[in-house]
Amino acid sequence: MLPKKVKKRASLLAIFLLASVLGVFLILNTLNKNILYFNSPTDIKISQDINYNKKIRIGGMVKKNTLEINNHEIKFIITDFKNEISVSFKGTIPNLFAEGKGVVAEGILKDKRFFEADRILAKHDENYMPPELKNILSDNAK
Amino acid sequence: MLSNTGNFLLSLNILLSALIIYYSYNNLKTSDDLISQKVFKISILQSTSILICFFTLVSAFLVSDFSLITVYQNSHTLKPIFYKISGTWGNHEGSLLLWVIILTLFSFLFLIYNRKHPKNYRLYTLIIQNFLILGFLFFILFNSNPFSLISPSPNEGLGLNPILQDPALAIHPPLLYVGFVGSSIYFSAAIASMITNYADKSFAKSIKSWVLISWSFQTLGILVGSIWAYYELGWGGFWFWDPVENASLLPWFAMTALLHSLLVLERRNVLYFWSIILCLLTFILSVTGTFLVRSGILNSVHTFANDPTRGIYILAFLSIMILVAVYILFLKYKPANVEINSNSKETFVLVNNWFMMFYLITVLLGTLYPIFTDAISNNKISVGPPFYNSVIIPVVIVFLFFMAIGPNAKWIKNKFIDLKIYSLIILAAVLLNFIIFFFFKSYSIISNLIVISSLFLILSSIMDIFKKISFNFPRVVSHLSFGFLILFIGLNHNFSIEKDFNLKIGETKQIDNFKFHLKDLKLVQDTNYKAVIGSLKVNDLLSKEERVLKPEIRIYDNPQTLTYEASIQTNFIRDYYLTMSNIDRSDYYNIKFQKKPLMIWIWISVAMLSLGGFLSLLRHAKYN
Repeated sequence: MLPKKVKKRASLLAIFLLASVLGVFLILNTLNKNILYFNSPTDIKISQDINYNKKIRIGGMVKKNTLEINNHEIKFIITDFKNEISVSFKGTIPNLFAEGKGVVAEGILKDKRFFEADRILAKHDENYMPPELKNILSDNAK
Repeated sequence: MLSNTGNFLLSLNILLSALIIYYSYNNLKTSDDLISQKVFKISILQSTSILICFFTLVSAFLVSDFSLITVYQNSHTLKPIFYKISGTWGNHEGSLLLWVIILTLFSFLFLIYNRKHPKNYRLYTLIIQNFLILGFLFFILFNSNPFSLISPSPNEGLGLNPILQDPALAIHPPLLYVGFVGSSIYFSAAIASMITNYADKSFAKSIKSWVLISWSFQTLGILVGSIWAYYELGWGGFWFWDPVENASLLPWFAMTALLHSLLVLERRNVLYFWSIILCLLTFILSVTGTFLVRSGILNSVHTFANDPTRGIYILAFLSIMILVAVYILFLKYKPANVEINSNSKETFVLVNNWFMMFYLITVLLGTLYPIFTDAISNNKISVGPPFYNSVIIPVVIVFLFFMAIGPNAKWIKNKFIDLKIYSLIILAAVLLNFIIFFFFKSYSIISNLIVISSLFLILSSIMDIFKKISFNFPRVVSHLSFGFLILFIGLNHNFSIEKDFNLKIGETKQIDNFKFHLKDLKLVQDTNYKAVIGSLKVNDLLSKEERVLKPEIRIYDNPQTLTYEASIQTNFIRDYYLTMSNIDRSDYYNIKFQKKPLMIWIWISVAMLSLGGFLSLLRHAKYN
């Protein structure tokens, strides 16, 4: 028979360990379910296995003279200078969204050329560009 | 001229810091328990000269001295005077100078306010703090010098990003910096305490005020940042789980845990090494946050121009800091041999610490995960708000219950005598919850639980006021306002209404029980921008409320930028929030309308939370 103190300490330790394992599992599991993949229009074009039910992000430039607005939605084309994809969006565009500027749209892919966004991401700075986007665009410009 | 003055003062400060380290080191060996006058005098000189250095930069902004690169890049002659001043810390270089000021002032204040504590402990704190100061001074002087010259000197500056020209954002950095840079002083004190074996409750007493100060300011800083994001960014939310926001939250969790573990150290003389780890962790997380934000390694909405060399310097500094801290910790670590009863106040405080660590790890993982996947698999990913919400919210429910019960537990050995009262409180909470949800007609298990648990905390905190003869008032204020905060966030989140639509001038649109009419647009010329101001009539057909909101589209000249200003009407029941944007070659205006209940109470709750910290500071000062 173990002394009472040791027993108590062991059970406390067991509870603590169990809670930690459970906590870590919970975090990692949720993390896996909630990551958003970032793609360029070219990524979409060459990709073989697209999940049409999962949210993704698409980044590129808003192609000049493609922005359209009617009384229920906004449409524009995102380009990475190689390939492009049409985006439709219901909602408000953020500050500093404009033709010829960088944009990141979040939403669901309908097919390889059409994207339904439910959020357009805000940029705080007119010169700012997400690092992912910068790499893609500078690669394509070469 | 100003550039020379600034550079001279920066160099002088390097010299002074080195002198303080030298004299303090010599002073360690003297037999008497007095700190030499030299150390005091140099410290005063050091604080004075860094302040003058800062005012030199402020005046460079005021007189628009564009021979300085920093001023050229971030200011403009036509900018209002208030924003010329706040522009000083609205950029990378200037904000680093603010870092050093806070490091220096805290170093000086800690020296003069801790006369009761042993000499060597104070001296070592001073030495370590001055090593931190030196590290940042070198960084400023050789990498991010705000006094760098540009030649030929331009006639006009580039201007400050318009969305940073805002009163909330002007005071946001100083508040936040007092918070997380202020944590440097207990980082230094923790190391000093380990070196000098000053390891008992009096150590807890010596750093408690500093933890309270930094915690209260950090809370305020986060609040002001959120308010700014709410009215300026135009999407109507106040927390986005953006890496920058997370960077401010991580040290806050560590600080909050420290604040509670210090209670145990102060009272029972246990948890010493755990408190030390938290002291070290808080400042390490602050620097980590700075590294992540300034190096540009994370995709964030903040605008600091990125420069990889900065990242490398901060990373090197951070690594040295962590190595030294961990090395001393391992050298001095002695396993504590104290039995803590599993039903006692000590355990409840530990439970608080576990929760804080859980939040911390969650937010840290979510923030860093994209970096890892990018490095390992080259997949570009981002982790969105749903991750944080679904991990943190269920845990908060349990946390709130502990937060209500914990403070009333007894030290050493506790007995639950209040079970009857608690069951009554929970009954009342459940009842209130159903009244609320019946009234608003909406249902989800998790939001019910959030409301019940926060009501439980609120009610039991209120009970505490009446129950005890002497109770800890600051604690009740903070716990109560945290309960209110979660309650209001829960209600706000559940009962917000959002409508997005496009409208032409003169057009009327009805969506559900709201009717919108865009009456007209006016063009207004302000000092540094032009604005198109819309006049939009909103009719709530249910409550018969009619309001005119005036959203703006602003066109700033320097730098050329278009921004959308939300029109917000606040009262104690709800906020109306409306933004309008326009797209070229079209008559349609893109409108986002939100009705957000109890918004103002979220801000008030956080302000009260911070107030609790300040009250506790007063209480601590009174009894010690």
